[in-house]
Amino acid sequence: MTNPVLQVENLVKRYGEVEAVRGVSFSVEEGEVFGLLGPNGAGKTSTIEVLEGLRVADGGRATVCGLDPQRNPNELKNEIGAVLQATSLPDKLRVSEAIRLFAGFYKRTRNPNELLRRFGLAEKRHSFYNQLSGGQKQRLALAMALVNDPRVLFLDEPTAGLDPQVRREIYTIIEELKREKKTIVLTTHYIEEAEKLCDRVAIIDHGKLIASGTPRELKQRSGDTTRVEVRLAKPTAKESLCKLDGVADALEVDGAYVLHCQRTAPAIVALVKYLEAQGNELVSLEIATPSLEDVFIELTGRRLRD
Amino acid sequence: MKTILKLATVRIRITLRNKTFLFFSLVMPMAIFFLYTGVLARGKPEAVRYWMGPILSFTVMGTFWGLSMQLVTWREQGILRRFRLAPIAPSSMIISSILANYLLIMPTVILELLLARFIYNVTSFGNLISVFVLVILGITAFGAMGLVVASVTNTMQETQIINQLLWFALIFLSGATIPLAALPHMVQRIGLFLPATYFVYGLQRAMLADAHWYTLGTVVVSLLAWAALAAFISSQLFRWEPEVKLPRNAKLWAVATILPFVLLGIWSNQNGKVLSTSANMASSYLGEGRPTENTPPADKR
Repeated sequence: MTNPVLQVENLVKRYGEVEAVRGVSFSVEEGEVFGLLGPNGAGKTSTIEVLEGLRVADGGRATVCGLDPQRNPNELKNEIGAVLQATSLPDKLRVSEAIRLFAGFYKRTRNPNELLRRFGLAEKRHSFYNQLSGGQKQRLALAMALVNDPRVLFLDEPTAGLDPQVRREIYTIIEELKREKKTIVLTTHYIEEAEKLCDRVAIIDHGKLIASGTPRELKQRSGDTTRVEVRLAKPTAKESLCKLDGVADALEVDGAYVLHCQRTAPAIVALVKYLEAQGNELVSLEIATPSLEDVFIELTGRRLRD
Repeated sequence: MKTILKLATVRIRITLRNKTFLFFSLVMPMAIFFLYTGVLARGKPEAVRYWMGPILSFTVMGTFWGLSMQLVTWREQGILRRFRLAPIAPSSMIISSILANYLLIMPTVILELLLARFIYNVTSFGNLISVFVLVILGITAFGAMGLVVASVTNTMQETQIINQLLWFALIFLSGATIPLAALPHMVQRIGLFLPATYFVYGLQRAMLADAHWYTLGTVVVSLLAWAALAAFISSQLFRWEPEVKLPRNAKLWAVATILPFVLLGIWSNQNGKVLSTSANMASSYLGEGRPTENTPPADKR
């Protein structure tokens, strides 16, 4: 912890009666990719929009590049770039006009043409915004977020609603930015995204930060176990599953049973024997190494995408 | 300043690419032009000259329509949110939209004057400098009114309803469709509370009586006061985000924009000059209308 470029302490954000963010604290180092992982409505966007200066916090403190988002909004806006959710550009604005227009607003700028080339939009330079595909719009949003060569880049659900191939394209771009040592804060509800892209992840649920660390650290919380997920014909007591040979613990999630196993083979043998004795049947069985999903399930008893 | 100019340039480009804009700013004004000059004025140069005031007012007053719709659409679609991320002040958004409108509307105004000159042989438009001073003031004032409408409404539908109501009041009660003098006495008195009435009146004074803009004190001061007030209030009520609710007193603020015209309306009703001068202009150029008793000479305000 040497040089935090972003610090959040006890942040609170309310909308009327609803408390969307309930005392969140974290800090992000220069050059780090930091992920806020959580289900929809967990308070990720509210948190990030307070940091961007788009929303006013109801409590706590936040500084970005040493600046208070509310007290120094214009200085802050020169230092950050962002891809927002629920945003758009005028339909009849051309790609090159859009990026040039925004480049003109900042003190420090990068060459708009070079950004368009880099994001594969050079050929679309003269297209209107409403002629672009979803992926192209998102790449333009990323290019525009970089137009002021920001110190911190905020990406709010950068791949939500995009098809898998486009999503991979966006990952490649973010990985490239990561290699350039850009400080990035991204929110996501995709496990894969957090594991693949982030140096550190904070898991957020119901407005609270429930765990944080590197993806590896978080996964080690579930011990050195393998995850076995089974669906059964008839429900059974999860306590009895816990007692099976090789099983560390068992959880019931959405009608399936998730077993964390220290030794996988003996656990499966024991499971099959147990089911036979009970007159129960195996509908499906899946074996996987633990992921951040398991961490989330363990902490909240729910899946990430409920 | 650089930001305002960049925004204005982009706004002009986007607007010119929009087919609805072309309809409202070119097709509609032309339809109104030919309706007035051909049907109401029957092509007579003197009558055409009389109707040029109302024709230009139509073109200029239309600004509020386009500006309010654009602002609401931009807010609803999250376009303003994107602009908000950049270091841009609300005042830059407001000033750039009005600035763009000067350049978008001026060509139509000039075209209308040229058509009147070359199709209907109108040889004089009175004091053209005054005409342009009033047109610029009008674009500012009615544009700012559009921005206030956009600020106090939340959805496109609401904006459309308010716009319709305002539009009908502006065009029917102001002398822009029917000469003020030909309206029932009660309606004339109501008309004196509307900014549009002074706008039409001012244009006609400039065109028919060669009035210098600085002699049109009441008109210029009231439009100026209104433009300033509406611009100030629209910058105070400016909202970047669709879900941000209006402060409770916002609608009161909006109502405050009509204050100068309430005072002006009371004053004008007392003193009767605008009505009598309007009646005189109508009677000498159209040969109709009802001059009132204490008619001042036509060349004085």
